[in-house]
Amino acid sequence: MTTVTTANESATPQEHEHHGPEKGIKRWLYTTNHKDIGSLYLWFAFIMFLTGGAMAMVIRAELFQPGLQIVEPHFFNQMTTVHGLIMVFGAVMPAFTGLANWMIPMMIGAPDMALPRMNNLSFWILPFAFAILLASLFVEGGGPAFGWTFYAPLSTTYSGDSTALFVFSVHIMGISSIMGAINVIVTIWNMRAPGMTWMKMPLFVWTWFITAFLLIAVMPVLAGAVTMVLTDKFFGTSFFDAAGGGDPVMFQHIFWFFGHPEVYIMILPAFGIISTIVPTFSRKKLFGYASMVYATASIALLSFVVWAHHMFTTGMPVYAELFFMYCTMLISVPTGVKVFNWVATMWKGAISYEVPMMFSVAFIILFTFGGFSGLMLAITPVDFQYHDTYFVVAHFHYVLVTGAIFSLIAATYYWLPKWTGVMYDIGLAKAHFWCSLISVNVLFFPMHFVGLAGMPRRIPDYSVQFADWNQIISLGGFAFGLSQFIFLALLIKACRKQGEPVDAKVWDGAEGLEWEVESPAPYHTFTKPPKID
Amino acid sequence: MLKRDSNAQQKANNKIVARLALVVVCMFAFGFALVPLYDVFCDLTGLNGRSIQRADAGLTADDLTQVDNNRKVKLEFVSFSKAGHQWRFSALEPVVRVHPGEMQNVRFTIENTSSETAFVQAIPSVSPGQAGLYLHKTECFCFEQQKIEGKQKVEFVMRFYLDSALPKDISQMTLAYTLYAVDGNTTARVN
Repeated sequence: MTTVTTANESATPQEHEHHGPEKGIKRWLYTTNHKDIGSLYLWFAFIMFLTGGAMAMVIRAELFQPGLQIVEPHFFNQMTTVHGLIMVFGAVMPAFTGLANWMIPMMIGAPDMALPRMNNLSFWILPFAFAILLASLFVEGGGPAFGWTFYAPLSTTYSGDSTALFVFSVHIMGISSIMGAINVIVTIWNMRAPGMTWMKMPLFVWTWFITAFLLIAVMPVLAGAVTMVLTDKFFGTSFFDAAGGGDPVMFQHIFWFFGHPEVYIMILPAFGIISTIVPTFSRKKLFGYASMVYATASIALLSFVVWAHHMFTTGMPVYAELFFMYCTMLISVPTGVKVFNWVATMWKGAISYEVPMMFSVAFIILFTFGGFSGLMLAITPVDFQYHDTYFVVAHFHYVLVTGAIFSLIAATYYWLPKWTGVMYDIGLAKAHFWCSLISVNVLFFPMHFVGLAGMPRRIPDYSVQFADWNQIISLGGFAFGLSQFIFLALLIKACRKQGEPVDAKVWDGAEGLEWEVESPAPYHTFTKPPKID
Repeated sequence: MLKRDSNAQQKANNKIVARLALVVVCMFAFGFALVPLYDVFCDLTGLNGRSIQRADAGLTADDLTQVDNNRKVKLEFVSFSKAGHQWRFSALEPVVRVHPGEMQNVRFTIENTSSETAFVQAIPSVSPGQAGLYLHKTECFCFEQQKIEGKQKVEFVMRFYLDSALPKDISQMTLAYTLYAVDGNTTARVN
C-alpha cells in the first residue's frame, strides 16, 4: 500500500496536460472532463430547481385564497405533478450527480471518472428528457396531471395522450441516472489512488457509492412501471386493469418498490455532505466514521422492505401493516446514529459558523423534524388520518427541501471557492441563508397544522377554515422562491470570478485530497496519483 | 493496490460495467416478474379477495353438513358498473345473514338500457381481504363473460357458502362486484 507512484506511463493523459478546455459551445457539448460535466449537471439542476419552483409558485398563488382564482383545476394538477417530477428527477438527483462528478475523482485521487464518454452521454440526454416533459404541458389535453406517483388508473384510464411523452421522458431520465450510477461505482471501485482503502474513503464517496447501488437496483423497476403504464394505456394490456385480470393496487406496490429506495437516493449523498462539512467547521475528526458507513448501508438495505408504508390505506391485512410499520421505524435507528454522530462531532469542537456550516446545522435540525414527522406517518393507525393530507406534504418537504436541497446549498458554499478560485460574496450568502431559513419554515411548518386538521393534498380548493394558514404558507412560499434569486446572483458573481482569490485549502479545518490541489481546481487533477499515508 | 497501466484499467472497468449492466437488466426483468409474483402471492394468502374467481372444485359433502349454527355472518352485496355504460346492475338481496357452512342463493340482475348488445364481465372483490379465502362459490355469473342483448334484463343466481373455518372475528363481510365491458381482447376501456 505504500508504493511510491510515478506518472502514468500511458501517453494520453500527458498529452492532455498540455492543452486546456476547448473554446466555445463545443467545449460543453463534447466534453469528457468530469469537472465540466459536473458543472453542467449543477447548472442544469439549478435551472430545473427554478423551473419547478416557478410551478410551486403557481400552486401557492392558487392556494393563497380558498376557491378557484387563478388556474383551472386540471392545470393545477399538472403543476403539482410536473413540480414533483422536475424537483425529484431534474433538480435533486442531477445536482447530486453533478457533485459526484466534480468531487469524487478529486476526493479519491483519480484523474477523471472511469467512463468519461458515457458521462457526457448521461448528461446530454437529460435536457431532452425535460424538454419532452415540459413540452407535454403545451400539447392538446395538457401534460401529466396524475401526480408524480402516476397511480393507475389515473395514468392509464383517465390520462391524456401526453402520457406517452411523460413515459418517454421518464425512460430517458432513468437511463441517464443508471449510466451516472454505473460510472460512480466503476470510478470508486477501480480508480482510487494507491493507499485509498475502502475505510479511508471520505463519507461523501461512501454515501454516493451506496446510493449508486440503490439507483441501479430501482431505476430499472421504475422503467418497468412506466412501460406497463404505456402498454396499458396504448397497447391494450391489463397490468393494472381489473377487467383484464390486472390490479391497480399492484401498480402501487411496483411504484413504491422503486419509490422508497428513491427517497434514500435523494438523502444519502446529503448525509455524506453534512458528514464532510460538520467536521471541517468543528475542527474535529468525524465522530464514528465506521458507524456512519454501516448506518448508510443499513438504511439502504432496509429501504427495500418498507415500501408498503406508503399504502397503509389500501386495505392490507393487519399483520402486513405491522411488518411495514416496524421495519419503517427500524430505519430511524441508523438515521439516529447519523444525527447523534453529527452532534457528537460538534460537541466540544472549536465551532465557527461559516455559511456552509450554517446550512449544515440547519439541515441537522430541520431534517430531524422531517424525520420525526416521518416516524409519526409510519404509525399505521394514525397514518389513516394523515394519509394524503398536507401533513405528508410538510413531511416530505422538510426532508427534501431543508434536507436534500439545504445539503446541496451547503455543499455549493463549501466547494464553490475550490471550483471558481474566489471566495463568494459572504454577505449575499448570509442573506440567502437567513431568508431561506425563515421563509422555508413559514412555508412548510404550518402545513403540519392544516394537514392534521384535514386539508387534503393535490386539491386546488379548500375549506375556508384553512384560509389563514394557507395565506401564511403562500407568503412563506413566495419569500422562499425569491430568496433563491440571491443564490443565483451570488453564483453568477462567483462564476465571473468576482471575489478574493483563495488558497488551495480554503477552510482551515478541511481535510481531504480536494484541498491539496490549487484553487480553482486545474482542468486536469491527479494525473499522477497522490500518495496517501 | 498496484499501479495499473491504462489497458489493465480498461479491462477492469469493462468487467464491472458488464456486471452492473447485468444487474440493470435483471432488475428491469424483476419489475415485470413482480406481476406474476403478485398474483401468486395473492392466491396463496387470499389477500385482495382475489382467490374467489373460480368455482370451488374441492367441495365435499362434509363441508356442507358442518353448518355452524352458533353464529351468523352478515354478508353485504355491492354492485357497481363501470362509469360510462348504460347498464343497471343490482343485487336483489343486498344483505343476507348466513350460518357458516350453509348453502345460499342470491340473485343479481343486469339490465342493458342501450340498444346494443353488451359483453360484460363482473369482477369480484371481498373485504376484509382475508375473508375471500372462506367464501366458496359453486355457481356464479362472474366466472365467465356474459352477453346481454340490447334493452334486455337478465337475472343471475350466485350460489355460495361460507367455510365453517371462517375466523370468529369476522362477523361481517362485503362482496363487491364491478361490471366491466369486455371486447375480443378482454380489455375494458372507458372513454
